[in-house]
Amino acid sequence: MLQNFDMSLVDWSRGQFALTALYHWLFVPLTLGLSFIVAIMETIYVKTGDEAWKKITKFWMTIFGINFAIGVATGIILEFEFGTNWSKYSWFVGDIFGAPLAIEGILAFFMESTFIAVMFFGWEKVSKKFHLAASWLTAIGSNLSALWILIANAWMQNPVGMHFNPDTARNEMLDFGAVALSPTAINKFLHTVTEAYVLAALVVLGISAWYLLKGRDVLFAKRSIVVGSVFGLIGILMTIYTGDGSAQQVFKTQPVKFAAMENLYEGQAQAPLIAFGITAKEVEGEPGHHPFAFKIPLPGMLSFLATHDFNAYVPGLKDLIYGNPEHGILSFQEKADRGAVAQEALRQLKEARDNDPEKYKELRAKFDDPSWLKEYFAYFGYGYYKGEDPALLIPNISMTFYSFHLMVILGFWFLLVFVLALIWGVKDKLAGKRWFLWLMVWTAPLAYLATELGWITAEVGRQPWIIQDLMPNMAAVSNISATTVQVTFWLFTLTFTILAIAELKIMFKQIKLGPKDGGQ
Amino acid sequence: MITAAVSYSFLQHYWWLLGSVLASLLVFLMFVQGGQTFILTLGRSDAEKTMVVNALGRKWEFTFTTLVTFGGALFASFPLFYATSFGGAYWVWMAILFSFIIQAVAYEFRKKPDNFLGTKTYDVFLLVNGLLGPLLIGTAVATFFTGSPFKLDEMNHVIWLSPWRGLEAVANPVNVVLGLAVLFLTRVLGLLYLINTIEHQGIYERARKKLMTNAVIFLVFFLIFVGWLVMTDGYAYDDSGRVFMEPHKYLHNLLQMPVVLVILLAGVVLVLWGLFISLFKDSKMGIWHSGIGTILTVLALFLTVGYNHTAFYPSYVDLQSSLTIENASSSYFTLKVMSYVSIMIPFVFAYIWYAWKSINVKKITEEEVTSATETHIY
Ligand code: HDD
Ligand code: HEM
Ligand code: HEM
Repeated sequence: MLQNFDMSLVDWSRGQFALTALYHWLFVPLTLGLSFIVAIMETIYVKTGDEAWKKITKFWMTIFGINFAIGVATGIILEFEFGTNWSKYSWFVGDIFGAPLAIEGILAFFMESTFIAVMFFGWEKVSKKFHLAASWLTAIGSNLSALWILIANAWMQNPVGMHFNPDTARNEMLDFGAVALSPTAINKFLHTVTEAYVLAALVVLGISAWYLLKGRDVLFAKRSIVVGSVFGLIGILMTIYTGDGSAQQVFKTQPVKFAAMENLYEGQAQAPLIAFGITAKEVEGEPGHHPFAFKIPLPGMLSFLATHDFNAYVPGLKDLIYGNPEHGILSFQEKADRGAVAQEALRQLKEARDNDPEKYKELRAKFDDPSWLKEYFAYFGYGYYKGEDPALLIPNISMTFYSFHLMVILGFWFLLVFVLALIWGVKDKLAGKRWFLWLMVWTAPLAYLATELGWITAEVGRQPWIIQDLMPNMAAVSNISATTVQVTFWLFTLTFTILAIAELKIMFKQIKLGPKDGGQ
Repeated sequence: MITAAVSYSFLQHYWWLLGSVLASLLVFLMFVQGGQTFILTLGRSDAEKTMVVNALGRKWEFTFTTLVTFGGALFASFPLFYATSFGGAYWVWMAILFSFIIQAVAYEFRKKPDNFLGTKTYDVFLLVNGLLGPLLIGTAVATFFTGSPFKLDEMNHVIWLSPWRGLEAVANPVNVVLGLAVLFLTRVLGLLYLINTIEHQGIYERARKKLMTNAVIFLVFFLIFVGWLVMTDGYAYDDSGRVFMEPHKYLHNLLQMPVVLVILLAGVVLVLWGLFISLFKDSKMGIWHSGIGTILTVLALFLTVGYNHTAFYPSYVDLQSSLTIENASSSYFTLKVMSYVSIMIPFVFAYIWYAWKSINVKKITEEEVTSATETHIY
């Protein structure tokens, strides 16, 4: 089966998608968070009439604008890449997946781009109130766009609300509410936007701390730090809470990803959480088995994280690969066999459609039979792996493990930073603590690291699935040559890198120029 | 509630209409691209140039967003088209996307201190986007009439039979003619928009001079295309979905759907009227007539190619692989859900209108772009 696929095409396409998504994501979180921070600052200005707040608002708005432009430039490519590079996927699920993308455009992007124009060009033209409303609507618009795209992504991780139509050989939507409101989607949205607020707050803190270190724009910096740390503290608490919710969803719907996140090879009850660990090389002949060279386990905590019950059983990779009848877990082998049955039924149905109405009817009935769907069709994607090496079904363990752990560690670090910044900021003791100011400066880039690591956990951990259990990435790519994708891959690398350098230079220059007389 | 009384076919027609409206708005809004082709020549002094760039820069987001929404709406309503065209004509779409990537940063970055590439480079980005965007989009749309070299396999996956991946379209002069017509149309619209928005005698006079030549070139290409359109054979399909060539198909469509014909004629008349009053009556309002006229004309062309049993994305190598609004659409259920969402569209138009009006109350003047209070200047 696998020899039918051009694996180098698959890898380059994955690489291109990862590259463009990671670049896009460098700019999106700041947009999501800073838009609200700007709106809050402008609200204070309108309420107090204090011109200094207007200057503060305008400064952060400039930073917002620079970041926004490159966010848009990197975003357009993603929208069309589903078609250009994953056209089989687009056809297979367009019925479901296209809707959130369209809604995003109609309801969110237009709102954002309309009111952003008022926000930037309307200062002298519209009333203060309307301008303020425009700033809030820009923020709401960008966050709505995040909502729809994340619903789309959540659906790929946990496909719900649809059924497979054997006549058209694709999935069709049955229940829009189930797609939009699945627990995976809700957790994903809340976790992602709240961590975007964290990132924006850390950027505000970092820049302000740098001003304090330089002894300039002091009032501006102090005020920004107070707004930023309150906003960020609320954000990080929500991030941690929803991160826990996300982990529970992953445990339920993507157990392989969950085992990879914790590098758990053998399943157990009262499973320990690894607070810190170093993985060794894979054991020969045991795919996915990377014993720990060093670890600090927290007993029972993993079971608790997964289910909120210290005694719960958590399956490891070994159980998932080879099956564990005691816990009702099927082996990859078994799933592949069942998936192949479903694929064969589809093939026969196609044949029978034109020349054997009896047989067609009989097969068609299967695709409407809930128990057959659950026993066979649910493993449709595994059918591609019948008789193949089970290692192909395991994601990159160390990448998933490290990115997840680093993200979580950073999350708790951010919590500490916000608490300290708020306490010392309110007591006006920050100026004397130069070491802490430097820490704030250096925490800002760490926020970017954490957020990219989160996506690497989520996306690398679900490999090889583009749609969990239904479609592996190799069945999703367009019929193009690997060379074609290589060319666009390098073109994107070059273009985006140049644009990112330009963005950073402009950004740093604006920070150096500062809010001008908004300080003192 | 949308009940069973609303047929599948109705929803397919409804979504083709919405897609066509988005496409026609996109062509109109590409006045931004058209205007960009003049940024090096229309303003003499630095301040004049700044006025031109800022007049356009306040609107580029809308064009961009319309393009993105057009993509999303097609994905949702005609996923087989999305998969076939984007996955097949890979290089055309990539070229279009690249030309928009460089545009998105250019306005915001061009005048910022320490911008790495220098103002000139960003201006060239705008120029490239202004030329390539309309030209390529126009050429790609022409393939709706002339067809493309693809086949669909038994799983409905596209196999593109030209290694040029969509770029082979330029080998057909008809495609290029429509591409050039769109390019010159957007240039005309760009000039009309600048005439309307900027209060400056020098810019006004230069724009008017350029308007004449560009309007003539546009009309020549447009008439060639329309002439070809009414003469040519078109891709039709029968009730069983079988595709065949019908002589004068597009002409028949216009005659069999008089409403579309009226829209087309009204559109063309409005475009001409806008040009006429701008060139000979000193009016600065031409953008309204020509703009609305453009929307109507493009709308009529899209309805011609999608309605009345016409294959809107034909394949000239394998007729039966051609896409129609019936075989390429989403399921009944999805179209229904999306139709509920579409009820919001008038509200979207309403707030866009309101917001535009409130920032357009003042014309762009030299004082404004050089003033100290205006902080957001490109
Ligand atoms: C500043 C960024 C940041 C921080 C501090 C955290 N996260 Fe996170 N996390 C993300 C940024 C992020 C993200 C980029 O937003 C992800 C990627 C995909 C997604 O849905 O959100 C994500 C994904 C993600 C996932 C995978 C979801 C999936 O696979 O669908 C889990 C289980 C967690 N996070 C859990 C946590 C926990 C328990 C944290 C405790 C501190 C935490 N995250 C902090
Ligand atoms: C912007 C934040 C995102 C980042 C940083 C990100 C990151 C990644 C990475 C690293 C991969 C490659 C995984 C691998 O091949 O090992 C990937 C694949 C992919 N992601 Fe994401 N992702 C993001 C958001 C999304 C969203 C929102 C969607 C869908 C709506 C999505 C859909 C995909 C697809 C289709 C692939 C390629 C198929 C595959 O390899 O399975 N991604 N992404
Ligand atoms: C991989 C799938 C994604 C696609 C197809 C995509 C598509 C796009 C497109 C086309 C734009 C430009 C829109 C415009 O014209 O204004 C854009 C910008 C944006 N996207 Fe994405 N995006 C993806 C991932 C994400 C994710 C995961 C989020 C949020 C959680 C997000 C949030 C935003 C926001 C807020 C903007 C506004 C511009 C900016 O942030 O700088 N996108 N995106």
